[in-house]
Amino acid sequence: MTLPFYVSPEQIAQDKAEFARKGIARGKSIVVLEHEGGILLMAENPSTLSKIGEIYDRIAFAGVGKFSEFDQLRKVGVRYADVKGYSYSREDVLVKALANAYSQAMGEEFARSPKPLEVEIVVAEVGDDRLAGHERNAIYRVGFDGSISDHRSYCVIGGNAESLESHLQANFRPNLPLGEALKLGRATLERAQNGNRLEVEKLEVCVLERTRPTRKFRRLSADEVRGILGS
Amino acid sequence: MPGFRSTYQGSSFFELLRVDHPHLVAQAGGAPGLAGGAVAPGAAASVPHGTTVLAMKCAEGVLVAGDRLATENYRVASRDLQKVFPTDDHSLMAIAGAAGPCIEMARVLRVELEHYEKIEGAPLELEGKANKLSQMIRQNLPAAMQGLVVVPLFAGYDRRRKTGRLWKYDVTGGRYEEAEYEATGSGSLYARESLKKSWRPGIARDEAVRAAVEALVDAADEDRGTGGIDVTRGIYPNIFTCNAQGIQEVSKEEIAELHRRVLEARTSRGSA
Repeated sequence: MTLPFYVSPEQIAQDKAEFARKGIARGKSIVVLEHEGGILLMAENPSTLSKIGEIYDRIAFAGVGKFSEFDQLRKVGVRYADVKGYSYSREDVLVKALANAYSQAMGEEFARSPKPLEVEIVVAEVGDDRLAGHERNAIYRVGFDGSISDHRSYCVIGGNAESLESHLQANFRPNLPLGEALKLGRATLERAQNGNRLEVEKLEVCVLERTRPTRKFRRLSADEVRGILGS
Repeated sequence: MPGFRSTYQGSSFFELLRVDHPHLVAQAGGAPGLAGGAVAPGAAASVPHGTTVLAMKCAEGVLVAGDRLATENYRVASRDLQKVFPTDDHSLMAIAGAAGPCIEMARVLRVELEHYEKIEGAPLELEGKANKLSQMIRQNLPAAMQGLVVVPLFAGYDRRRKTGRLWKYDVTGGRYEEAEYEATGSGSLYARESLKKSWRPGIARDEAVRAAVEALVDAADEDRGTGGIDVTRGIYPNIFTCNAQGIQEVSKEEIAELHRRVLEARTSRGSA
């Protein structure tokens, strides 16, 4: 009689994590940073398939890794937010609860599924000065295993996250005008390309604008980005 | 993860509610709770009803207007009800019928259009929006048979054809595109008669606003359910225009001034 093949839970978790990290490291990075007028989300993305999207009035989503997986997560978030906003009020849709729900779902997926998700996501919420108690921005990052962390000022996900984050740590200043924030974001993403110039056409740029009424998410066209950068 | 991952995987918010959150649809477009025979005879008449709304094509797009009165039988239920709702940046819905289900349907439609845009990454075409509203009204048919009727107007700017378009509906969800103007609600007959005289193809924005004010004054004059312009309380109709740039609401001051001129013109020819 042969013994059933035994693998320790630690080993299983380690193997899965390694597999997921490899998948994520292959992808390009996304930079999320606070600026004077709200929150800027920037990705190196030459394709027309979006990595950044609108979830709700004040909330945006960004994902790296496998497109099919993070896009599915984005849709789950939109459904969650729209149902919540419809059954309560629009102001009851808050990023903290959404990030927690993602964390739960992704953690469960990591534990149960033989193949873990090869994604990392950020959900960001811009503050609104007209809503007392909701004036502050919030940025949450959720990992492939459901690990969740909140970030002040900036956050990077994807392949070279650590090296890019150190660049931001050295160069980030609060309340940058949008143009300056865009330059910093681009310079940060260029570090992943050994400092090679990133053309505007290869960037996906979205903003959450603090002063816009209701739906604060906006996608900037290449022309707009060029105009703001002045190049 | 109950409540997070849904079984429904499509792009429609209304369908998402029906499949995964049926308890929310009971208050929304469908009102099956009321349709199940729970409405006592005569009870439907005692819920607030909205009255006259109108829409017309104009030079740059469309104009949609509505009075502010809601009635419960012969009583005033509300003097300042809003009956014209922007459903997104380029479309509007004007409601007539049982106010509760009507307003709820406008709310669902707004979320529906936004939801589709977010999931698909592109907004629906104007005709697609109008068609979705048809389906929602059809879902309401059992409640409509009990008297909780929803018969809206839907209008907007078609960015493909670069023109304003408008539709009227019947209780079965029947959808009829109108080429000129349309009104619905208890005072609609009089509003239409009025517009018949003042509307012409390519009518300019200012003239269209004046025609709308006049039509609402005429409707209020003949129909007791339509709210006139309430100068003492400062309650004026809601009038919106919609064109390529989006939706603009006509200011209270502009409506007040037009109303004053309409009254002036009519006072001078009074004979009583």
